[in-house]
Amino acid sequence: MNKKALLLLGCPEVPVQTGIALYLASRLKNAGLDIFVAGTDSALDLLKVSDPNGCYLDVEKLISLDTCIESLAEKRVDFDFCSVFVHNDAGISYLATIKSISHAKLSAIIFGKDADALAGQIDLDCEKLVARSVHNPIPLKKKVDDLIKEVERWAVSN
Amino acid sequence: MGCIELMEYEILLSDTTYKEGREFIKRNFKAVYEVEPGYKLFDVYLIGIPPILIGVEDGYVIFPYVKPCHGTFVLKIKDGEDIGRLIKKKKKVG
Repeated sequence: MNKKALLLLGCPEVPVQTGIALYLASRLKNAGLDIFVAGTDSALDLLKVSDPNGCYLDVEKLISLDTCIESLAEKRVDFDFCSVFVHNDAGISYLATIKSISHAKLSAIIFGKDADALAGQIDLDCEKLVARSVHNPIPLKKKVDDLIKEVERWAVSN
Repeated sequence: MGCIELMEYEILLSDTTYKEGREFIKRNFKAVYEVEPGYKLFDVYLIGIPPILIGVEDGYVIFPYVKPCHGTFVLKIKDGEDIGRLIKKKKKVG
């Protein structure tokens, strides 16, 4: 049975989020993980429009944020790996909540113009990928590439 | 906002940071209880950095409500059942 990964998206106002989410989903899928994505309606619609043929994501595995948090809090589901997208204060709250209600190996993808300040506020135990990316996804992509190497090693050894 | 949208609520603080919301509850209410993230209040599961603080005053609960695009709100809602559950099971910190 494949390991399950959750990508938990924030507000889609920062342009790089959708592209990086699809890129990360693609890389994790190639690494053999089943990919679930939670987000606001708009964040999920952006993914659906960007991936009309479902090359990277299964539309049935796109879930609303509220449903995702409810399912985790009620212990009806859990994931092996989770990346939380953080570009504002609310993102830190979602990250802390996931840390509290899930046993997933956790990483925080911290981006946007306030990335460094936000990263400095996160003191919980998780991997942090930090880049001040807003429009240009390449600095964040490089960090994701490093993460993927580690996830591939982890997926094989666990 | 789920069912909260359909309830009668007062916004005490809006579009703030989570920590400021927590400090506001701590500072302004005498009876304050600690809950963990994912705690169910009404029909929502609370989001936040532990400890999440909930104030109780005159039959109202005061709690942080996080929206992904708009930050943290502190809401005040009249209630009976959830207050009882809080008082019975959760640690009082104020």
